[in-house]
Amino acid sequence: MTKYEISDYVKKGKRMDGRALDEIRPIKIEAGVLARADGSAYIEWGQNKIIVSVYGPREALPKHIQNPYKALINYTYRMATFSVPDRKNPRPARREIEISKVSGKALESAVFLERFPNTTIDVFVEVLDSNAGTRAAALTAASVALVDAGVPMKDIVASCGVGKAGGEIMVDLDKDEEDAPDAVDIPIAILPRSEEITLMQMDGRLTRDELKKVTKAGIESCKKVWEIQKDALKRRYMESETEMPEETSKVIR
Amino acid sequence: MSNSSNIIWDLQANKVTDFLKEGKRIDGRKLDEFREITVTKNISENADGSARVRLGATDVVAGIKIVPDTPYPDTPDQGTIAVGAELLPIASPEFEVGPPREDAIELARVVDRGIRESGCIDFKNLCIREGEKSWVVFIDFYVLNHDGNLFDASSIAALASLLNAKMPKLEDDKIVRGEYTGNLELSCKPLLCTFAKISNKIILDPMFAEEAASQARFSMASTEDNCLIAFQKGGSGTFNAKEVEEMAETAIKKSKEIRKKL
Repeated sequence: MTKYEISDYVKKGKRMDGRALDEIRPIKIEAGVLARADGSAYIEWGQNKIIVSVYGPREALPKHIQNPYKALINYTYRMATFSVPDRKNPRPARREIEISKVSGKALESAVFLERFPNTTIDVFVEVLDSNAGTRAAALTAASVALVDAGVPMKDIVASCGVGKAGGEIMVDLDKDEEDAPDAVDIPIAILPRSEEITLMQMDGRLTRDELKKVTKAGIESCKKVWEIQKDALKRRYMESETEMPEETSKVIR
Repeated sequence: MSNSSNIIWDLQANKVTDFLKEGKRIDGRKLDEFREITVTKNISENADGSARVRLGATDVVAGIKIVPDTPYPDTPDQGTIAVGAELLPIASPEFEVGPPREDAIELARVVDRGIRESGCIDFKNLCIREGEKSWVVFIDFYVLNHDGNLFDASSIAALASLLNAKMPKLEDDKIVRGEYTGNLELSCKPLLCTFAKISNKIILDPMFAEEAASQARFSMASTEDNCLIAFQKGGSGTFNAKEVEEMAETAIKKSKEIRKKL
């Protein structure tokens, strides 16, 4: 059994931490935080703390992995050993490998890959502290880091979790809510301008009617996250002497 | 050799796309039609449950081994399941020998989620002695021939083998080989349905040539009570909210047809 009874998750429309059902935890994003990387971002999303760096486009090696038509995105999501309650084995777990795969794919439709044949764009994610929703937070920060690297993009991928706990549809579940007996967890990522879904995973139990509601709530939350991403990128150039590159100004408009 | 076969698949992919422009598939199927499914149960005597599934030319065997182990500290009164996928070099020229890579890991984890989250196996029933011993149901499947849609073929094979799985007999915490105490209890039948998106058309059960032509994939597990259990979007393309709802409806409907064959 979990620490809380089902009814504790939702009381009169409020959640255990006082949030409304459609309220995302506080998010802070900072772009351009690492000197050696081509692009980088740091995100705090509730208790989640994640740092992301981007290298490239650079020559894809070994040569046989090169695609003569487009760039590859190589996304590596890892959690630090101390980022979870029990020490995590530093060896990449199956979960991390799967998240890396789907997250990399989720970014592909946002990037003008065909402009950089035979190259790779490497995205490295390190989770430093976690409390549910790290893949969405990481993907959100990774998009900012890609823009920060000057990679030409069609749109910024924005991501957020959505789901169900204690019988209620809610956004951005924290760990206690994810541990609810009836919890359903659905990370979603979208291209905010077109509302096209680039990442969607789910485990739990949903009716078709509930699916409609969570998809809608997920898209709305992603759009809120998008505003925070754009804001972080604007701040990056307000405080620095460098001019905002044209590619960046296009994507955050 | 392998280069020339890639060109053949590129040409096949072009053909798939051309056909779909007229709403047709290269093998004449409807957009929401599965290939022929053949299920053979009990293909391995040493396994506690097993099945071989052919989905068109895609061919997967699954086997169950139920093994006593120490329960996780946070769930002392429960057993668990462990799902593994092997993409054998037998099955395709692009599969290599060695530990599972990301494709096999994703495949195993998506099949795992469908089974785990449906609650079809009550993990509390797998408890032997609280905090000391519980059963682990290992579900391992091996792809023998890859002609696309490994997700659904593996999901059907996993469920078919669970449906004939037997609980081993235990004496002094050791398994008595060849003796069983009964069947593994299953309370529902979760099944995956996988779709591919090819130039804005969505098709069910993509074969290899169709996967080669596709931009995105979506897998959905559902149960007979019309509940959606697990999703996985794959590939670099995108879906909109309406397409997700339509796929959910098709997945629930089509998995009912497959369930009748099990």
